[in-house]
Amino acid sequence: MSKPLVFVSRVPPPRGMGMIEEVCTVRAMREDRFIRREEMLEGVVGVEGIFCHPPDKVDKAVLDAAGKSLKSVSTMSVGLDHIDLTECKARGISVGYTPGVLTDATAETTVSLLLATSRRLKEAFSAVLDGGWGTWENGLYLCGKTLLESTVGIVGLGRIGFAVAKRLQPFGVQKFLYSGNTRKDWDSEINAEFVSFDRLLEESDFVVACCSMNKENVGLFNKKAFSKMKKSAIFINTSRGVLVNQEDLYDALKSGTILAAGLDVTSPEPLPRDHPLHTLKNCVITPHIGSATVHARNAMAELAARNLIAGLKGEALPSPVPQ
Amino acid sequence: MFTTSVIRGSPKLTRDLYVLISRSLFQKSSSMSSQKPKVYVTRRVPQDGLEILRPHCEITQWDSEKPVPRDELIRQVAGKDALFCLLTDKIDVDVLNAAGSQLKCIGTMSVGYDHIDMAECRARNIPVGFTPDVLTNATAELTVGLLLATSRRLMEASQSVRDGGWGTWDPCWMLGHGLDGSTVGIVGLGRIGVAVARRLAPFGVSRFLYSGHSPKDEAKEVGAELVDFDTLLGSSDFVLGCCALTKENQGLFNKETFSKMKSSAIFVNTSRGGLVNQQDLYDALVSNQIAAAGVDVTSPEPLPTDSPLLTLTNCVVLPHIGSATEKARGAMSALTGKNILSFLQGDKMPCQIK
Repeated sequence: MSKPLVFVSRVPPPRGMGMIEEVCTVRAMREDRFIRREEMLEGVVGVEGIFCHPPDKVDKAVLDAAGKSLKSVSTMSVGLDHIDLTECKARGISVGYTPGVLTDATAETTVSLLLATSRRLKEAFSAVLDGGWGTWENGLYLCGKTLLESTVGIVGLGRIGFAVAKRLQPFGVQKFLYSGNTRKDWDSEINAEFVSFDRLLEESDFVVACCSMNKENVGLFNKKAFSKMKKSAIFINTSRGVLVNQEDLYDALKSGTILAAGLDVTSPEPLPRDHPLHTLKNCVITPHIGSATVHARNAMAELAARNLIAGLKGEALPSPVPQ
Repeated sequence: MFTTSVIRGSPKLTRDLYVLISRSLFQKSSSMSSQKPKVYVTRRVPQDGLEILRPHCEITQWDSEKPVPRDELIRQVAGKDALFCLLTDKIDVDVLNAAGSQLKCIGTMSVGYDHIDMAECRARNIPVGFTPDVLTNATAELTVGLLLATSRRLMEASQSVRDGGWGTWDPCWMLGHGLDGSTVGIVGLGRIGVAVARRLAPFGVSRFLYSGHSPKDEAKEVGAELVDFDTLLGSSDFVLGCCALTKENQGLFNKETFSKMKSSAIFVNTSRGGLVNQQDLYDALVSNQIAAAGVDVTSPEPLPTDSPLLTLTNCVVLPHIGSATEKARGAMSALTGKNILSFLQGDKMPCQIK
């Protein structure tokens, strides 16, 4: 029996790639860059499996281009907004993803970003490089905001949101709030109170977005949302860029409607170098490094490879997307 | 000295007379030359401490953001009863001599006191107050922030966002070292060291080690194991300098020390710049003998902008902002004011260096 043909839209770490190459014939985009749409459409023709990660779109057009042979789609991510899940389901194509194995790394990035924003590390680092250190501007030089006795609001208390809360606990957070569609059983482990989105915005000193994307929450963080937040509040987003209306965020930061923001995700990615958000001292941006540790990326690659291969064999996936 | 027992049971007239006499005597004795005690404050500081001192003392202040120049300090301490200083002020024999024998006490707005000649102060019976505890949370928080900024390459990553490095994304790009499953070695498990360990625990650290002179009760809280310095260096993925600086540990982190660390290790220092031989640190980083370093303290401070450390992508340097929150700085100022005033009023300092 010949090996099934698969398309890999970006080569994963060696461990994962090795597993795929062992049992499949691989067509891959092997260059060090994002795949272009036309390359994707060309690459998937006649394949049985697609191995991808965000932002490589696997939508109706890609599924059509692949044709009837396509059985198995596997993404090296926990985010699924780049995949048309409904179409895949309708066509009987299995879809696998990588929750869990990237939770620790992503929660850690979220906390790093929060602390870098609240303790003004970007400004501090610049002051060291450009001589600002030593010519202090005011008596409370680079004094930042502390987590001690604060209220932290987590928008989306899923795996990552919960892991973030666990990591923030020993910093002396006084209260955890969370919002979302439903209450979560595990909220009692961190004494988090389930509240409305508005109440979370009004009461939180730190608003941390950890939710997954869907049609309903695109642009959730807009002018209205920022206006409900405290002037002293800090906003952190490590979910998806489209959760935020970036013009409104810029206005809110520039006008002092909120204190500061830390973003690991933007729209688009990469964010253009001349984007106005870059000019703000109170906006820290990192290039989507949520899951960027050796350990997490290897684990994601392996799990995604196993998902792909199981789908090709018609077996149960180790980690299928929620139905 | 008056005692109230003499007056107990006396008629009201005598008691009122006692109150009148003792009040005027207190005013005299609390200001040796019929005025309030003189306090010199060496910088512009949060008002909290000044508000405590002002009603009872005559305050002279170097009202600037920048450290008081040495000759000005020498000039101004003369004839003062108390000194309210910062870690940037070297309080040595020359300063103590310039102050004169009427100098009663010193309060430093810091928990570190390596800038003060404690032996001289003890010999002259000058108690020195400091500010432990009130800055512990802020400093531990910053230490963890610095560790994560270093291990997760935040400064490098955010730089790439502006300079075009972000765009050639790849699953193996900008990878950092996670804390999960790691061994963290804390050199000096004092108040700050323990507070740091507490904050790191939920990141999945698998083992805490510490080194120092003696076992600490607080170690049990995070299950930290006391080991010798070399064992800590050889076993740790993260090595944290959280100890006080003393004569004995100047330059503790040197060529030999770095050579004993793992090549994947990350070094974080938030204690004092003097703990580290900076040339040796540079050499260790540039040769990848260790993976990266994050320091909030340097020698000198500020670090000159042409320091070779600043050319390295695997070195994060912050401008000594460990205790930089309004809450902590206000509390440090207040405690320093209290330390000084308490002693001037004949009471114990809330926080005196032993």
